[in-house]
Amino acid sequence: MMTLLVNGRPIEVEEGSTVLDACHKASIEIPVFCYHPKLSIAGNCRMCLVEMEGCSKPIASCAYPASQGLVIHTNTAFVEEARKGTLEFLLINHPLDCPICDQGGECDLQDITYAYGALSGRFQENKRAVSDKELGPFIKTDMTRCILCTRCVRFADEIAGVPELGVIGRGELSEISIGVERAISSELSGNLIDVCPVGALTSKPYAFKSRSWELKKTESIDCLDAVGSNIRIDTLGPEVMRILPRLNDDINEAWISDKTRFFYDGLRYQRLDQPYIRHKGRLVPASWTEAFKKIEKELSLCAPSERGAIVGNLADVESIFALKELMLALKSPHLDCCEDGSRPFTDLRSLYLFNTGIPGIEEADACLLIGTNPRLEATLLNVRLRKRYLQGNFDVGMVGHKADLTYPYTFISETPAGLEALLEGKTPWASIFKKAKKPMVILGSGALKRTDGMALQAYALKIAQKYGAFRDDWIGYNILHTAASRVGALDVGFIPQKEGWTAQKMYQEAEKGNLKFLYLLGADENHEKRVNSTNCFVVYQGHHGDFAAQRADVILPGSAFTEKNATYVNTEGRVQCVSQALFPPGEAKEDWAIIKALSEHLRLKLRYDSLIDLREHLFEQYPFLRDQNRRNIEAQKVIPAIEAFLKGLSPQQLSSEAFVPFISNYYMTDSITRASPMMARATETFTLKRKEK
Amino acid sequence: MSLSPENRIFKNLDGSEGISLAASQKRGDWKTPKKLMEKGRPWIFEEIKASGLRGRGGAGFPTEKKWSFVKKTGLPSYLVVNADESEPGTAKDRDIMRYEPHKLIEGALLAGFAIEASVGYIYIRGEYYREACILEAALREAYEAGFLGKNAAQTGYTFDLYVHRGAGAYICGEETALIESLEGRKGFPRLKPPFPAQMGLYGCPTLVNNVETLAVVPTILRRGATWFSSLGRPNNTGTKIFCISGHVNFPCTVEEEMGIPLRTLIERHAKGVRGGWDNLLAVIPGGSSVPLIPKSICDTVRMDFDDLRDVQSGLGTGGVIVMDRSTDIIKAIARLSKFYMHESCGQCTPCREGTGWMWRMLERFSKGDGNASDINLLEEISHAIEGHTICGLGDAAAWPVQGLIRHFRPTIEKRFDEFKNHGKEKRSS
Repeated sequence: MMTLLVNGRPIEVEEGSTVLDACHKASIEIPVFCYHPKLSIAGNCRMCLVEMEGCSKPIASCAYPASQGLVIHTNTAFVEEARKGTLEFLLINHPLDCPICDQGGECDLQDITYAYGALSGRFQENKRAVSDKELGPFIKTDMTRCILCTRCVRFADEIAGVPELGVIGRGELSEISIGVERAISSELSGNLIDVCPVGALTSKPYAFKSRSWELKKTESIDCLDAVGSNIRIDTLGPEVMRILPRLNDDINEAWISDKTRFFYDGLRYQRLDQPYIRHKGRLVPASWTEAFKKIEKELSLCAPSERGAIVGNLADVESIFALKELMLALKSPHLDCCEDGSRPFTDLRSLYLFNTGIPGIEEADACLLIGTNPRLEATLLNVRLRKRYLQGNFDVGMVGHKADLTYPYTFISETPAGLEALLEGKTPWASIFKKAKKPMVILGSGALKRTDGMALQAYALKIAQKYGAFRDDWIGYNILHTAASRVGALDVGFIPQKEGWTAQKMYQEAEKGNLKFLYLLGADENHEKRVNSTNCFVVYQGHHGDFAAQRADVILPGSAFTEKNATYVNTEGRVQCVSQALFPPGEAKEDWAIIKALSEHLRLKLRYDSLIDLREHLFEQYPFLRDQNRRNIEAQKVIPAIEAFLKGLSPQQLSSEAFVPFISNYYMTDSITRASPMMARATETFTLKRKEK
Repeated sequence: MSLSPENRIFKNLDGSEGISLAASQKRGDWKTPKKLMEKGRPWIFEEIKASGLRGRGGAGFPTEKKWSFVKKTGLPSYLVVNADESEPGTAKDRDIMRYEPHKLIEGALLAGFAIEASVGYIYIRGEYYREACILEAALREAYEAGFLGKNAAQTGYTFDLYVHRGAGAYICGEETALIESLEGRKGFPRLKPPFPAQMGLYGCPTLVNNVETLAVVPTILRRGATWFSSLGRPNNTGTKIFCISGHVNFPCTVEEEMGIPLRTLIERHAKGVRGGWDNLLAVIPGGSSVPLIPKSICDTVRMDFDDLRDVQSGLGTGGVIVMDRSTDIIKAIARLSKFYMHESCGQCTPCREGTGWMWRMLERFSKGDGNASDINLLEEISHAIEGHTICGLGDAAAWPVQGLIRHFRPTIEKRFDEFKNHGKEKRSS
């Protein structure tokens, strides 16, 4: 620790801090453009100049290392002059088009000019114009507004790992460029809009839609993957206008993926806004009562063992819990939440969680990826892996399908054979992995859904054990889920009960005629294996008319995750709540309420009448869900249990089949994104064009 | 005061003798590198300190002090020779490399030895193609003679020296931009601290010295610090190469004693100002980056760091640009401003935006299009650039403009009046 004087106040900061950190600690606002807390320091905007005693020139506080005894002034006439000068330089070539600029109202240059700038400009010469750049379907450029802070360049280089942006030219003629004009090949490109302090990079889909101060802002969680990125949903009336990241250093830091940021127009299309009943082969609109009556009639026609329920990837914990209680009341043992066919071990919570946690990645020193491409399956988690890689001394090994992860890794094998070799220490990477003090194993959804998914889990556990991933303060065994609902559903035990069938088995039995009633809570992914037999009565509760809705005999319109208050558990086991930003369209209702209403109709009254009531019952049975935003995983308690479990594990056979990518089109992974025109454009630009190559 | 031939360090600055190793040895180069090195590092430091040698690249920082900042940290240290001489009006390093390459190479060896660097790079300006060839040839000779490489000069010390050609950017003469460029990146100056002496080339301690600074080191060590410090004035010791250009009868590059009166320098070596001393308008005494001085100051000023600083100019690189009364002084400074606008790297705001603004205003001024308050504005702009940038280019761009306004404000105002009246005359006729 060292002490320096900021405006006469002694401030204590840690070793390695900058003068700017000290000023922040003293609660002094320093105007900045190029400085961004999550990016490297450029020191080029010269806006953060402060006065240091003993130095005749002002210093750039963002870059100047703090040291014992420095005397800093931030409010002298000297500093004010310097700031005013810099600001005037930034403004001379900046267009005065704030009224038509989408950044207006949330523009750093605008705000800082109000606070520190001169009353009027003195520049009488001609202004510079810069040609706009084409950066793909998401980013609108207006490069004349660019102030060359290079935040975008640093973001692309450091965070996104796609060094495609750069400054070309020099002096006045400098401009940000992507070289050959094409879309920036990153699934994090939307963050460029956030890092740009002015209106040079703005959102293309949001262009000229509204002003930032008109929007209603709702803090929520992203449910398109299992990371649970924190987002803010900005709405205007009944429409989502845009989605922004919310700072959460434990999960997504300051970033979100393009899918999260731009999926929202999918909420407007293909919506199920009223109940439907299949009549003479066609779906006809119906009332809620009619739909419930139809369900009641069908239920009466089948035995309890002929009823099943499958939960989809977007379902929330409350509705899953309610559906489980309903199905148990209907005496059905056939419950499953893994419609993709994966079979995670559920004996212990830690067997299906990302135990290390996302912040934990930064402590790890080696990582084995099994059948996963975290860049596509959990983009923000991959950002953390890349961040760890950039810190140095981090080795990544990969058993799976080769892909560009934005950091180098050692490829071990494309088939599970690599795991056997690793377990026996027969592959060269084994010696690197052995040296790691905090090794990690990440098993992806693509591995879980394979026919040898159980064996892969067993091998991964054994490898984790052999290489020291289980120790008193460290659990290095991780499952990387992709479905937002998965961990929550496993937590409340929405898995085959005694003599129950898995989702795959249910589909097969339905074809054979042994399953006569199937309740799909948003289960919409397994379209190639959907129920074809007309002997099975399918109820689909969901928000988008997609594959499952086409087959359904009754459709119950539910709400998307932006339209309800509900709980989700992310892949780390972190409990988070989404908040209602919009109302569901038409007659659609919140999902738990639909199940509750159905239960009343069936005279199987569930014990709760409100969401709060429901949550109380939920927390009573599953007390760990009560802790919001926290993960209670105690390695000391968990590890003996895992080791006991491992002892009881019977040996299993690995398949020799090669791993295949789990996600073929990053931009369309669920019913909402499949309905989104923006995601379709992204698919065209990124997925299809790249495949052509 | 005049430099006698035996006190001249660069005896072949006019290129009248050969440049080969043998010819250089006749002039005293490579005489006793082993003996000098065997006297030890502390002795070398002591001698350089006592000689009072100040950096010849323009800033005049005491050389021994700069060397002493390079501390052993366990990492290798590097010597980088700054031969990216691009300052308008300056060609001293060019002539050293062209006619006295062995002085530079020997100096690099001794400096490299002093800071315990085993590798040195000569970063030479891209346009100096011939000089790069000459240096390469001289290096080959030095390697063959055993002065470089393993067991350099039979001292058991290893020192390798390489020539690296730049691409011709002025900014790469700034030491941190030079290091960036040498590492293969765009020549953007780095933030300081950390200084190159702590964290320079490839993150290792690095000494960056100008060609002339290093080239005088062997002679200082051979003839002794007392000899060197006996020349010039205290704090401004030794000799200096001056490049006299512009409106003189015989433009030349010449070595002279520090502190020589400017008038003597011009009249003795450049055969006087074109049209006589009274025809002089102004002189830029130290390369384009320093403020000009009008004739009244030129009459008495001495050419050294302190005297020129006292008249609000600087010795800079010693590039004396002489302008007689036929010069359009506003246009001349506008041209320099254009140069700085063109050479600004564009990294930091004040320089990127300010240099262009200054040039545009000066272009207007040279036509006479402006008014008195514009002059104040221009001065304010130059002060808003000065000292607010990452490197010194902002200062260098601001100073000539400040010099112009300081000494030639009436000239500018007169031009404004002429412009206005010219319009009126036209209308009335």
